[in-house]
Amino acid sequence: MLEIKNLHANINGKEILKGLSLSVNAGEVHAIMGPNGAGKSTLSSVLTGNPAFTVTEGDVTFNGKNLLELAPEDRSREGIFLSFQYPVEIPGVSMVNFMRTAVNEHRKYKNLEPMSASDFLRMQREKKELVEMDNKLANRSVNEGFSGGEKKRNEIFQMAMLDPKLSILDETDSGLDIDALRIVANGVNKLKRPDNASIVITHYQRLLDYIVPDFVHVLYDGRIVKSGGKELALELEERGYDWIKQEVDGK
Amino acid sequence: MEQQYIDLYTAHHESIKKHSAPAMNGLRDASFAQFEKLGFPTVALENYKYTDLKESLSIDYGLNINRIPIPVNPYDVFKCDVPGIHSYLYFVVNDGFYPVTDPRNTQLPDGVIIGSVKEVAATHPELLKDYFGKLSSTKEDGLIAFNGAFAQDGFFMYVPENVVLDKPVQLVNIMRADVDFMAVSHNVIILEKGAKAQLLVCDHTVDEVRFLSNRVTEVFVAENATYEHYKLENTHNKTTNLSTLLIDQDASSNVLANVITLHNGVTRNMIEIDVDGEHCETSLCGMVIGDKNQQVDNFTSIIHNKPNCNSRELFKYVLDDLAKGAFTGKLYVAKDAQKTAAFQTNRNILLKKTAKMRTKPQLEIYADDVKCSHGATIGSLDETALFYMRQRGISADEARLLLMFAFTNDVIENIRIPALQDRIKMLVEKRLRGELSKCEGCVICQ
Ligand SMILES: Nc1ncnc2c1ncn2[C@@H]1O[C@H](COP(=O)(O)OP(=O)(O)O)[C@@H](O)[C@H]1O
Ligand SMILES: [Mg+2]
Repeated sequence: MLEIKNLHANINGKEILKGLSLSVNAGEVHAIMGPNGAGKSTLSSVLTGNPAFTVTEGDVTFNGKNLLELAPEDRSREGIFLSFQYPVEIPGVSMVNFMRTAVNEHRKYKNLEPMSASDFLRMQREKKELVEMDNKLANRSVNEGFSGGEKKRNEIFQMAMLDPKLSILDETDSGLDIDALRIVANGVNKLKRPDNASIVITHYQRLLDYIVPDFVHVLYDGRIVKSGGKELALELEERGYDWIKQEVDGK
Repeated sequence: MEQQYIDLYTAHHESIKKHSAPAMNGLRDASFAQFEKLGFPTVALENYKYTDLKESLSIDYGLNINRIPIPVNPYDVFKCDVPGIHSYLYFVVNDGFYPVTDPRNTQLPDGVIIGSVKEVAATHPELLKDYFGKLSSTKEDGLIAFNGAFAQDGFFMYVPENVVLDKPVQLVNIMRADVDFMAVSHNVIILEKGAKAQLLVCDHTVDEVRFLSNRVTEVFVAENATYEHYKLENTHNKTTNLSTLLIDQDASSNVLANVITLHNGVTRNMIEIDVDGEHCETSLCGMVIGDKNQQVDNFTSIIHNKPNCNSRELFKYVLDDLAKGAFTGKLYVAKDAQKTAAFQTNRNILLKKTAKMRTKPQLEIYADDVKCSHGATIGSLDETALFYMRQRGISADEARLLLMFAFTNDVIENIRIPALQDRIKMLVEKRLRGELSKCEGCVICQ
């Protein structure tokens, strides 16, 4: 589904991704772990086409398409969803209007008619329940005045509404208490299907108790430096990242 | 530039007076003398430094001193009765009040007088005598002086004590002429104690000639009265709109003024609200959507003379291309105006680097127990928000539109007539989409 080869990317002239390769197949859950500043969020930004970053080398294909050539909105419509580490507040744009616009743009891309208001509301109600999202949030401006936990739930709600093929969850667990974590993880698990895949970025193994990964990768200094099964996450939890850093830097 | 108007006045002041009203003529010669002294304002003056009127004023405009009727039936060309709001509808063509033919207007509440200044000067001379020029004649301003010399008529509204106008009054100004044309008018609005009224002023241009409008509006809001003033400007880019709105508030009154420029040429709104009684509420809002060579200068003052009053000022500009915006927010709090709470915000978005915005908060606070704040920002659209929306599949254009629309939203929320609020939302959205924001059914703007 997703094939990343030797990806290099920089921001403001500073190279952050330094030859990253990764491949993700349908049905798989990949966890990416790594110390702060390793480039995890940069990877999610580059995959979704954030114009602040420049790709200097490498290839990314998504379901056979050259992802790097697509505009951010087309990547979304092709089925890539990012749950932002820091969801953005958009005062004055209501959640409902925002979501309806997004859903209908996705439908237009698939040559479908816009959704009727009643179908939309029904779908919204269903998906809200999935993340136990407060009804009143839907009537507010996008993320404005939401608590940290509400913002993360809102990300998963949007994910449910857009039904992506590949979801990238960037530190969706950070700042969540254990109940919220369970709700969010539950939502993600319910959305899991054999034909979609997830990349779960975290630096705590805690989330992986709830969302069980098929593969765990360590991202360090702009590259995937180690990959393994879910037991790798436990090992990182126990031993930290220093031994990895030594292994890599010592080479 | 001034000379041709000085000559015009010298040669024709008899005709000007003959076709006007005594209350207006009383101040005319003094205004003219003032204009001779001041001339037209130039950028050398602090109050006019952001808007150069030289080009607009250099045109050889025709004036209709002999009040020759303009061959137009506004009811034919203009069907822009904002649907859903039932209003008392009046027309001013250029600077002449169009005779009322709308049957709904005969159902005004008892005692309410709406008509032309000239008419009312004949039927209720005492009303005009006490009010006309009371606010404007003390101002040292070349445009106001010019208005005093040349205005021959205007719109008049009187709402007696405790009378509530059940519907908004809509005043549609239509500029229509075959040659470059100057319209000069002076409006007077009086709300007695406890009265309530909402006025919606729409500015439109019909013909492709150059227009200049010099309009002075004086509003007197007595104790406990509530007045809302909405101005919607939707004119072509050969229009120069010089408008002065002077509002005087007595104790416990509530005033909202909201001036929206959707499309224009060169606009200068001078707005001054004098708060002359305790426990008043004042809201002054405005919005500008400008592109191409549009220029809009909102020069505003809120003068707190008495204690225990609240005022809020909110102006937002979205400027594209070579548009130029200016905002001055003067906030004066007199020494005795203790417990004043006054908040001022001006936020601006420049969509291109070529657009320009000048903003100037000007706070003069002489009382010590007050809460006052001001903030001004000039920026572009929030890139992180744009990316967030695009990540959800919303196209870049649509995302920009949503952000711009959101940006103007709090000004639109300051419209207290729900149907008008909906209407303006729609017009703003159309305008931001680059579609001509004409009112539905408005033949003029097609
Ligand atoms: N806008 C930026 N300008 C310059 N450097 C940046 C910017 N954003 C991130 N970086 C740098 O890129 C590196 C990787 O950041 P990030 O991808 O956010 O790491 P992670 O998500 O793994 O913690 C860090 O060194 C960070 O300082
Ligand atoms: Mg990060």
